[in-house]
Amino acid sequence: MRIGLLHSRVRVEERLLIEELQRRDVELELLDVRTLVWDLDDAGSWSRFDAVVDRCISQTQAAAAVRIVESYGVPCVNQARVIDACGDKLATTLALARAGVPSPRTMVAVDAESALQAVEAIGYPAVLKPTVGSWGRLLARVSDRDAAEAVIEHKATLGGPQHGVFYVQEYVRKPQRDLRVFVVGDRAICGIVRHSAHWITNTARGGRAERLDLTAEIERLCVQAARAVGGGVLAIDLLECPERGLLVSEVNHTMEFRNSIEPTGVDIPARIADFVLEVAAGRHAPAALAQGAA
Amino acid sequence: MTPPTATATTNAAACPECAAEVRPARSPLRGEVLRCTDCSAELEVTSVSPLRLELAPTVEEDWGE
Repeated sequence: MRIGLLHSRVRVEERLLIEELQRRDVELELLDVRTLVWDLDDAGSWSRFDAVVDRCISQTQAAAAVRIVESYGVPCVNQARVIDACGDKLATTLALARAGVPSPRTMVAVDAESALQAVEAIGYPAVLKPTVGSWGRLLARVSDRDAAEAVIEHKATLGGPQHGVFYVQEYVRKPQRDLRVFVVGDRAICGIVRHSAHWITNTARGGRAERLDLTAEIERLCVQAARAVGGGVLAIDLLECPERGLLVSEVNHTMEFRNSIEPTGVDIPARIADFVLEVAAGRHAPAALAQGAA
Repeated sequence: MTPPTATATTNAAACPECAAEVRPARSPLRGEVLRCTDCSAELEVTSVSPLRLELAPTVEEDWGE
């Protein structure tokens, strides 16, 4: 069995996954996405792979690469449509809404004046998020109209075209923590609670992680969210809303897990490697993964 | 679980920022990022054998999870 691993920067996660795959009875090829050239009319030797794992740090590069590799008939983890659905918050929210997965109330506008109307409709405080991006970057919690006007003007003036899509979300008055659950295939394998005094709780920004005991409700909700975007290897972020209960805030398709192995006691890279080999063996056809997807 | 195994290596290269010798503590992989202990520059491994280092690219807007 031959597995390809698409990467650019090799983080701790990639190294752990590489070492895990190297322990299995597979031939592993590391594919630096920045060095690749694809002929769209000729799959060339790509058919040598039984599966390709995407671990590119750039969502744009990942989406392009996986779309092409899939076109050659090679199963990918995750699939291109999953990357598309997770890499853009607007697409994620739409997929969750179509599947009936509860998420924070969200409004979108494509003009600065309209964006201000969206913020006023959501109410203060509101959160403005770029539709593309990660690690909690460029999130803005605006507490009044003055702040909203300033942030919107800055985004409209200084941001690229992508920042012209104003994604406005209700601020969920969660406890000083949120939840992250790792879903592999059709199972929630473990989860963490991320504590932070800051309203942005990403561990990439210093949030502290501890083990989350998965309840039946959490498992059901997270598997439902994973299916909504197409399934695969995903990290589901949950907010605990005092009024509405658990809300899915994000679904991550190239999840980081270095800070979650120790608190959960779950060998996350091993579980990912197991899944990749199952995909390579044809046990997770794209149609099967799509069940429940909108 | 066990973190990636550190293995001794005699491979070393000059930091492209300050020219100090950078010697990885374990066998590096292409694409890994090292930090120069002299000038703190983030360096990406662009070749393993021989070891070649370049200044690591800064975080792009679409990087992440």
